[in-house]
Amino acid sequence: MSGVSFEGVTKRFDTVTAVDALTLDIVDGEFMVLLGPSGCGKSTALRMIAGLETISDGVLRIGDRVVNNVEAKDRDIAMVFQSYALYPHMTVAQNVEFPLKARKYSVDGGPPRKLTADERAERVDDAVKTLGLAELTKRKPGALSGGQRQRVALARAMVRRPEVFLMDEPLSNLDAKLRAQTRLDIVELHREVATTFVYVTHDQVEAMTMADRMAVIADGRLQQVGEPQTVYERPANLFVARFIGSPPMNTIEGEVAEAGVVAAGASRIPFTGDVAKGRKVVVGLRPEHLHLGEGDIEATVKAVEWLGHERHVIVDIAGSKAIVRQETDEGAAPRIGETVHLGHHVENVHVFDAGSTERLN
Amino acid sequence: MAADTITLNDPTPVLGASGAATGTLPGKHARTAKNVGWYVLLSLLSLVVLFPVWMTLVRALSTPVAYVNEGLPLYPVSVEWDIFSRAFSEGELGRRMWLSAIVTFIIAAAQLITSILCAYAFAFLRFPFKRLVFVVFMATLMLPIEVTLIPNVTTIRNLGWLNSYEGLTVPFLATAFGIFLIRQGFMGIPKDLLDAAKLDGYGHFAFMTRVAVPVTRPVVASFGVIALLAAWNQYLWPRAVVTVSEWETVQIGLKSVAASNVEESNIGFAAAIIAALPVLLLLIFLQRQLIRGLTAGAVKG
Repeated sequence: MSGVSFEGVTKRFDTVTAVDALTLDIVDGEFMVLLGPSGCGKSTALRMIAGLETISDGVLRIGDRVVNNVEAKDRDIAMVFQSYALYPHMTVAQNVEFPLKARKYSVDGGPPRKLTADERAERVDDAVKTLGLAELTKRKPGALSGGQRQRVALARAMVRRPEVFLMDEPLSNLDAKLRAQTRLDIVELHREVATTFVYVTHDQVEAMTMADRMAVIADGRLQQVGEPQTVYERPANLFVARFIGSPPMNTIEGEVAEAGVVAAGASRIPFTGDVAKGRKVVVGLRPEHLHLGEGDIEATVKAVEWLGHERHVIVDIAGSKAIVRQETDEGAAPRIGETVHLGHHVENVHVFDAGSTERLN
Repeated sequence: MAADTITLNDPTPVLGASGAATGTLPGKHARTAKNVGWYVLLSLLSLVVLFPVWMTLVRALSTPVAYVNEGLPLYPVSVEWDIFSRAFSEGELGRRMWLSAIVTFIIAAAQLITSILCAYAFAFLRFPFKRLVFVVFMATLMLPIEVTLIPNVTTIRNLGWLNSYEGLTVPFLATAFGIFLIRQGFMGIPKDLLDAAKLDGYGHFAFMTRVAVPVTRPVVASFGVIALLAAWNQYLWPRAVVTVSEWETVQIGLKSVAASNVEESNIGFAAAIIAALPVLLLLIFLQRQLIRGLTAGAVKG
């Protein structure tokens, strides 16, 4: 069990900087999710922890050990790949056993040594039972479903009892129902093994539901790190604000008209915080924080989407498209073309600088 | 992997397929006609291929003079069944085939080892001028043995390797063809597998022997068969580096047998058939491997 710490870690591929001076402390035993759009560098960061990518600059530690120049095979790390990367010619049991044959392991606190065949069999047995694969041990990966392959990959990772678990989009090849189930299984596994997990995904739902803390990454740079709720409630910049949340946060361009009020077209949007008058800003308001009825924001209804338990009312506020979430039992849907007023609580207004996109309140 | 392919090729829309079959009988007839056409063509080609084999058998079994007197027919004349045992003993085929077997085994085993190692480097390692080196390797495929024969024989003679195992085998311990074929197989292995093996604690050599080679077994095996066949059937090279009868491989031996039995030409034909037997057996037992390996790169499984 160990933490992982990035200190100004940079990865360059020729002219492209995939990870740019990343500084991030992943605490021992924590479930850290690296979240970002595809191509943002999160997988590269993960692969640097694994030792599958070299480090161009900076220092990477696992526990207290600097691992910049330590080979992947000499790091005590297990990884679950998006493709599962199961060995196609081996049975499930052989796949799970494979890492146990290569390394030395400490047994009952003793010095590391090669495991005996019986010890290996016992560990394999434990792992396949934990993941419900006991019936499938003699099958080869080709004869398994996606979900089963996924669990074999997990079993192969956990049988090692590594210092750190890495997972690279492990759920993206599963269907929606299985994904929800496996999400729970992985969280359960984390609780059981109580080891550091670093989990890469582009899916914010995975990040929000699984993470102890999440690190939002864009263009190779760390945007924000924190508990999911904090990141959701106080996004550090416009990128995070727009990236986290579904449907995404509404953003309306405007200008601070007086202390605590932004003017956007005909609307006046009060907010908390101290932002200088005349400053160009972008106001962020989540769809669930707007409600139809009385309020200072004037909007024109463009479309209404009915989703069963709720409606998404799509409106135009001072030229910006916005979504208002309306519970189905909150009365009738507005007519298209109708001018409506939207209410909100001042503490739910996020204000970002129009230039730097950093949070101002 | 195999199961993947099966699922992909599964004719899942069974209902639709049977419906189409019953609905479009003319289409079915057209298909049958097409198949008949193919079989006729294949039969003709088989005849063309098998004809020399049959004629060798006819000439081996027939007494030479009677055969000529009969006017060179397509069937055996006054059959001599003991011709094979005579050819075997008079041609010293036992000794020569044993020598050929040793030479063939050394060449095929060495080619497998060197091709796997080299193909692995080209497929999985990064090193300077990799592309260039690969192109140069492949370029050697363009050179027929006739081009390199004289300089190579000179080298072997200077090394004092005429009439020796070294002379018969060393020039063939590596081959660009094997490197190419096995590299193609290795290129089909997802890079994630190598990464996974690294994290599982394995280095390159262990990944190669425990994952890469087993996964590409059909390709490796088919190359093994090809190497065996080619080495067994070598003629020009052994002819060039062997000057005494004790070092004659079986294919060279055939020439000697034919030359020393001009009167009884059927001994030469019988010896040729005996020399071809190991190859024939190999092909019969390993033809599935051979075909699977050669087509493995074509359709990605």
